[in-house]
Amino acid sequence: MPRTVRDVVFVDGVRTPFGKAGPKGIYHETRADDLVVKAIRELLRRNPDLDPKKIDEVAIAATTQIGDQGLTLGRTAGILAGLPQSVPGYSIDRMCAGALTAVTAVAGGVAFGAYDVALAGGVEHMGRHPMGEGVDPNPRFVSEKLVDESALFMGMTAENLHDRYPTITKLRADEYAVRSQEKAAKAYADGKIQQDLVPISVRNTNAEVGETGWGLVTTDEPMRPGTTLENLSGLKTPFRTHGRVTAGNAAGLNDGATAAIIASEDFARENNLPVKMRLVSYSFAGVEPEVMGYGPIPATEKALAQAGLTIDDIGLFEVNEAFAVQVLAFLEHYGIADDDARVNQYGGAIAFGHPLASSGVRLMTQLARQFEEQPHVRYGLTTMCVGFGMGATVIWENPNFNAEGDSK
Amino acid sequence: MSTTAELLKGAAELFPDEVVTSAHVRHLDLPFGAGRFALITLDNGFDHTKPTTFGPQSLANLNAAIDQVEQEAIAGSIVGAGITGKPFIFAVGADLKGVELLKKHDEALAIGKGGHDVFKRLSALAVPTFAYYNGAAMGGGVEVGLHCTYRTVSKAIPAFSLPEVFLGLVPGWGGCAILPNLIGAERAISVIIENSLNQNKQLRGKQVFDLGIADALFEGADFLEQSLLWTANVLNGTTEVVRSEIDRGEAWDAAVAKGRFIADSKVHGAAPAAYRALDIIAAAKSGDLQAGFDAEDAALADLIMGGELRSGIYAFNLVQKRAKRPAGAPDKSLARPVTKVGVVGAGLMASQLALLFLRRLEVPVVLTDIDQERVDKGVGYVHAEIQKLLGKGRINQDKANRLTALVTGVLDKAEGFADADFIIEAVFEEMSVKQKVFAEVEAVAPAHAILATNTSSLSVSEMASKLQHPERVVGFHFFNPVAILPLLEIVRGEQTDDASLATAFGVARKLKKTAVLTKDAPAFVVNRILTRFMGEIQNVIDEGTPVVTAEKAIEPLGLPMSPLVLLELVGPAIGLHVSETLNRAFPERFTVSPNLAAVVKAGKRGFYVYDSGKPELDPEVAALLVQGDVVLTEEQVRDRVLDAVAQEIGLMLEEGVVAEAQDIDLCLITGAGWPFHLGGVTPYLDREGVSERVNGKKFLAPGLASVPV
Repeated sequence: MPRTVRDVVFVDGVRTPFGKAGPKGIYHETRADDLVVKAIRELLRRNPDLDPKKIDEVAIAATTQIGDQGLTLGRTAGILAGLPQSVPGYSIDRMCAGALTAVTAVAGGVAFGAYDVALAGGVEHMGRHPMGEGVDPNPRFVSEKLVDESALFMGMTAENLHDRYPTITKLRADEYAVRSQEKAAKAYADGKIQQDLVPISVRNTNAEVGETGWGLVTTDEPMRPGTTLENLSGLKTPFRTHGRVTAGNAAGLNDGATAAIIASEDFARENNLPVKMRLVSYSFAGVEPEVMGYGPIPATEKALAQAGLTIDDIGLFEVNEAFAVQVLAFLEHYGIADDDARVNQYGGAIAFGHPLASSGVRLMTQLARQFEEQPHVRYGLTTMCVGFGMGATVIWENPNFNAEGDSK
Repeated sequence: MSTTAELLKGAAELFPDEVVTSAHVRHLDLPFGAGRFALITLDNGFDHTKPTTFGPQSLANLNAAIDQVEQEAIAGSIVGAGITGKPFIFAVGADLKGVELLKKHDEALAIGKGGHDVFKRLSALAVPTFAYYNGAAMGGGVEVGLHCTYRTVSKAIPAFSLPEVFLGLVPGWGGCAILPNLIGAERAISVIIENSLNQNKQLRGKQVFDLGIADALFEGADFLEQSLLWTANVLNGTTEVVRSEIDRGEAWDAAVAKGRFIADSKVHGAAPAAYRALDIIAAAKSGDLQAGFDAEDAALADLIMGGELRSGIYAFNLVQKRAKRPAGAPDKSLARPVTKVGVVGAGLMASQLALLFLRRLEVPVVLTDIDQERVDKGVGYVHAEIQKLLGKGRINQDKANRLTALVTGVLDKAEGFADADFIIEAVFEEMSVKQKVFAEVEAVAPAHAILATNTSSLSVSEMASKLQHPERVVGFHFFNPVAILPLLEIVRGEQTDDASLATAFGVARKLKKTAVLTKDAPAFVVNRILTRFMGEIQNVIDEGTPVVTAEKAIEPLGLPMSPLVLLELVGPAIGLHVSETLNRAFPERFTVSPNLAAVVKAGKRGFYVYDSGKPELDPEVAALLVQGDVVLTEEQVRDRVLDAVAQEIGLMLEEGVVAEAQDIDLCLITGAGWPFHLGGVTPYLDREGVSERVNGKKFLAPGLASVPV
């Protein structure tokens, strides 16, 4: 049977505001599955032309798939969101790149012809499910020295990455972090972020945390606008004495969820759905687990090679800011300035937060908005590092690209 | 301290055990830059199994929350205020325990006024107010929202009602006055009167919206978020709230008249609550809410001090609480599993029982009878009922297949009952027949199997007496219609052991029946009381009182149907049979009416014909009646009948037929449909002075179903 690979597009993406994990966080009394359910519902409300019956798949990522993040979230969240029972779903785990992998997995299915349209997203409630909850690493990792002992501790891997790039100093990392906060604050002031946020009602029964009763969350909790270098310089380096990685130049521990619609371009156009980005290529790559922050580099190399592009063809970058050093290593590798205007225009995870398996779609949603604003850009990429030594990159084409303009 | 606060402080002192609801005030920024908003959350600190209620301290807490919001509204620091509930519950109204404690008219008045004074502040704030009915809302819970400017309701809401009239109150915190002014008299009456008197029917979220009570309807998954977005749009002017015009003309009066007709058909003037509510609704036509609130206060206070409400709350507690913990039932842990049920007999009653066991237990049910034709007919009945359920969408095809496969019929009891755990007989009501059936069953059934009898009047002990293992015989007396009436009298025979009894109660629970333990006494509870009651009516008729007078004498009780209509429902032959049984047991009190015997002999199905649409004495029956010449007044008839009932219940309690008078009332409510305002019957006999006249004492302790002293 003849088969044609189909163009895959990013139709739309939304997310919940991100919260700080822990007993004082906004989502402390909110279930993880409810977060992703509300994101899915908002996505459907925003796209009334998408008949829910036509959704072929729901892929939802979570790193810790137990409790309210267990029970095959893609399926249960679909039912809870009110999707028809005929719509199937499954769960995905690639740690930080969970939602990104949900997108690429369903995109592969769309390209192949298995799906016309699918939902992809992720959730991580790190307050309810701290990193490492319930894990049982095989003792062979250590006995056979398969990985360095630091590999399971992300902060330590970031220190290791500083070792690999001696020129990336703590000062550079802090400067990067300050800029991330500034860009995020500006993006908020310009209304760039709020348009893709789902308001979430939250309950608090603990008077020590603040006002009790029901409230409404409409903004990201982790942001620290006005952060200065001075503020950051004195912070502790918990992963290594005299180290470089601090709470200020890394993403925090966060709660949040994202969801996106992925479709074949034909389906999107036939159903009057927006086409915000066109998938060009995607790739995953493995690196030594103890320098997992290096992962985006080989992943991007592969994705560029597949697409027949070079880094110079990329006009916008959304790099997940698990750690400032990991972004800086990427930029240094490609000879891009720390403050290059193409990179993370709205700020990044250092400001917004990084609820592990949900973050991939946040990068895409932000890149999609930037594509709309910047039709002179043809290609952009979303990339992230992944625990246990991986990187993930997706290259996107701007459907709004206007050849009259600057082709970058 | 404001007067309201003082009023509530005084009320709170009377009710130290109140489960107090907090009113949390939390601020939030509305979407679309609509401004700062104060959201009040009603929460008693427990999960949804203990719904949020309003006692005096709870009202005081809400009052204090409104104090805060009022200041903020005046200061311009908020653009609106809202009120919602904890997960799954909005608020379910006044705390009835607090109402039971009230001893004085003044105290009752204070509760009504206290609620009004707090709630109506929500309509007088300097900013618009919004109620978000997120979960169950009843009574005062509904009413607090009615005082707000706008309302939203969740599609997922399972229960929404103004159940006051059902209990014997009026919606007295604004319900009677505001609701008709919001949605019109006709719709308000359907909620306040019709639903309440229709077994306290609950509304679902969509109906709340369709009736116009709520201005917007949102799905449960993100109800509060969508409500707040809607709020922002209303405040921004993006969303305009349009309500339908209400008809203040003749339609209003017609609705009230219809309401009175409904009340008459249900309580026959015997309980005041519906009529008081209708009076207030009728007056609310003027749109003068304060006058309505004052009328509500007065009605509440009067009703709270009246016997009907106290009986209503007592009855409510019986069916809600006592029914769930049957008095005298052995420990649940003694119960044996029931994995297969046998039914002896395949007649109509047996087939109905088979269907009930099948649906609730979902285990194999096997019917037997004396010939294949009867067996086939019985199984055929059950199969047809399953198809009806399928047709109505009550069960799906898979469930229908499952149930159909589970019910079988065999002629050979050995084949059918060899592995049954619970075997019930519903054969002809004759001791020798039943004894023979049980002996046959015992010969083939496993040693542990329960042998249950659905006898309505034969001795369970005698039925068991000839068995090898009489300890496993229990009485399992259902009421017709089996699928509808909740009561199941579980009869302990002289030799019945605890394990068998516990198993019987376990089965009853799975059947979702209200099980009451009774001694093996003639006709058990309901039939004995009803037969004495009917017998006395029959006596006065036989002695010479016209049928019409005898029937009218009973109307003030507000029973669901007149005695002779009930006799028709039961069947005169069965009524006669039970009266004969009881006459043999207690010849001094139970007579066998020659007139009833004549009616049965003539093959009549009842005393009335309905040719004119109304019941009228059948001339053929009239011709059969041989009456004496003693003509009593209605009052005399009523006294005779009530005295007889009070005497019989007194004797039953002395005999230990049931544990307490409460069990008698529970039986009458759930087995005979006797109304809440009578509290079954003993609260009524107590308050009318009948108990003391007949037995020298009341049945119930003061305060249990009456104003405490």
